[in-house]
Amino acid sequence: MAAGEVATTALPAVRERRGIPAVEPIVFVLSIVSALLFWELISRTGVISQRDLPAMSTSFNELWSMMQTSHFWWSFADTVRGWFFGLLIAAVLAIPIGIVLGSSDIAATAFRVPIEFLRPIPSAALIPVLFLTIGTNIKSELFLAAFGAFWPLLIQTMYGVRDVDPVAIETAKSFGVGRLERLYRITLPSAAPYIATGLRISSTVALILAFTAELFMGTPGLGQLVNYAQSYGLETQLYALALATGFLGVGIHLLFTSLERRALRWHPSERTEAT
Amino acid sequence: MSHRRALKVTLEIAVPLAILGAWQAYTVHLDDTKFPRLSTILVEFQQMWLFSQFGEHVVPSLERIGLGFAIAVVIGIALGIPIGLSRWARLWAMPHIEYWRAMPPPALLPISIILVHSIGNRQKIAFIAFFCIFPVLLNTIDGVRAIDPTMMETARSYKIPRREAIRRIVLPAASPQIAAGMRTSLSLAVIMMVLSEYFSSTSGVGYVLLISKNTFEFTPMWAAILLIGVLGYLLNVVFLLAERRLLAWHRGWRAAQA
Repeated sequence: MAAGEVATTALPAVRERRGIPAVEPIVFVLSIVSALLFWELISRTGVISQRDLPAMSTSFNELWSMMQTSHFWWSFADTVRGWFFGLLIAAVLAIPIGIVLGSSDIAATAFRVPIEFLRPIPSAALIPVLFLTIGTNIKSELFLAAFGAFWPLLIQTMYGVRDVDPVAIETAKSFGVGRLERLYRITLPSAAPYIATGLRISSTVALILAFTAELFMGTPGLGQLVNYAQSYGLETQLYALALATGFLGVGIHLLFTSLERRALRWHPSERTEAT
Repeated sequence: MSHRRALKVTLEIAVPLAILGAWQAYTVHLDDTKFPRLSTILVEFQQMWLFSQFGEHVVPSLERIGLGFAIAVVIGIALGIPIGLSRWARLWAMPHIEYWRAMPPPALLPISIILVHSIGNRQKIAFIAFFCIFPVLLNTIDGVRAIDPTMMETARSYKIPRREAIRRIVLPAASPQIAAGMRTSLSLAVIMMVLSEYFSSTSGVGYVLLISKNTFEFTPMWAAILLIGVLGYLLNVVFLLAERRLLAWHRGWRAAQA
C-alpha cells in the first residue's frame, strides 16, 4: 500500500505490458477508422448539418489543399518557432532555479508563497497586458509560452532534486567530491526523470500558449490562420486548421513521451517492469 | 536548530513582503500608466470586485466554471470507470483521448461557436466542460486500473453484482486519484473560462479584461488579472478542504495500514 502512495503524478503512468501484441495495432487502426467514418456519416446524413460540421473527407481535402501552399507551412513553422523558443527560455530559467530551490531548504521556504501565488495565474490572463506593453509581435508570444511552461518545469525540477538519495550525496561529500561534480554525477542524473516529465508537461503548455498568442494577438502562425478563417467565415478551413493543430500537438506529445522513456530507462521504476 | 527554524519563518514572511514592496517602489518610480502602482491596483480591486461588479461579472464566470466543471466530472467518471475496467475499451479509446488531450484548446474555440449555435453560456460551458473532462477521465482510468485485482475477483466469486462492485469497491478505491484529477480540472476550468470569455462575450471576468484592454484602462485590467489569480487560488483551497473532509476515511485507512 505504501508504494501506491509514493507513486505520485511525477512519474508516468503504468504502461500496458501483457497482451497479444498482434491484435493491438489492429484495434488501434479500427478505432480510428471507425471514428472517422462516424464523423463522415453524421455530417453526410445531416444529423449535424454540413454547414456546421463539414464532412471528414471535405475537411481532410481542405487540409490537403492548404498543405500545398507555402503560406500554411510558414505559419506552421512560426507556431513551431514560438513553441520551441518559449520552451527553451523556460527550460534555461526553470531548471537552474529549480535546482537551487530544490537543494536549499531555506531558499525553498523563502519563495514558497510567491510561487504558490504566481503559479495558478492563467497565462492567458496576461494577453491584454502583453498586447498593450510588448505589442503584437513574437516577443509577446515567446513571453507567454515561456511564462506558462516555466511553472510545471520548475516544480518538477524542485521535486526531482529534493528526491535525490541523501546517502549518495553524503557519501560523495565524505569522499571529497566537489559541489559541481556532485551536481553532474549525482543530482542531475537522479533528477533527470522528473525533469523529463516536467519537460513533457511544459512542452504541451508552451504549444497551447504559442497558439493562444497567435489567435488573440495576431502574431503569425497557425493561430493567426484560425483567426482569419473565423473572421471570413471559412468554416471548412477552421476544421482543417484544428486538425493540423491537433496533429502538431500529438507529434510534440509523442516526441516528449519518448524522451521521457529514455530519461527513465535506467530508473528503478522501468527496470523492475522490464524484468 | 531552532535558530534555523526562526530564520525560515522570517524568510517565509519577509520575502513575499519584500517582493510586494519592490513592486510598489518600482511602479512609483516608473510612474507609467501601463504599470499602475500596486496600491492603485488594490484600491481599484476593492472598488470593482468588492462588490459593485461582483454580481455582474464574477457571478457569471463562476457559474460557467461551476457548471462546466460539474459536467466534466460526471462525464469523466462515467467514461473512466468502464475504460479503466476493460483492456479492450482502453485499446479502443486511448487514441481518441490522446488526440483530444494534445489539442490546444483555443483551436476549438471558433468551432465550439459553430457547433453549439451559441455565443452565450451554452457555448462557454460546453467549451469548459469538454477540456476539463480529460484530467478527470485519465485519472479515473489510472485509479481504476490500480485497484488490487484480488478485490475484484473476490467480489466476482461472491457473485456480487457488477453495479454493486463498482459502487462499493471501484469508486472508493479510485476516489483519491479521481480527486487529484478533479483538482487539475478545476484550475483548468478557470483558464478555459478566461479563454472562452475573450471570444464574443458580454459578461464575465475575461470580458472585463478584454474591454479594459480595448479602452486602454490599465488599472481595471490589472485588477481583473489579480482577481483571476485570487479566484484560482480560492477555488483550489475550497477544493482541498472539501477533499480532506470527503476522503478523511481514506487517509485514516491508509494510516491504519502503515
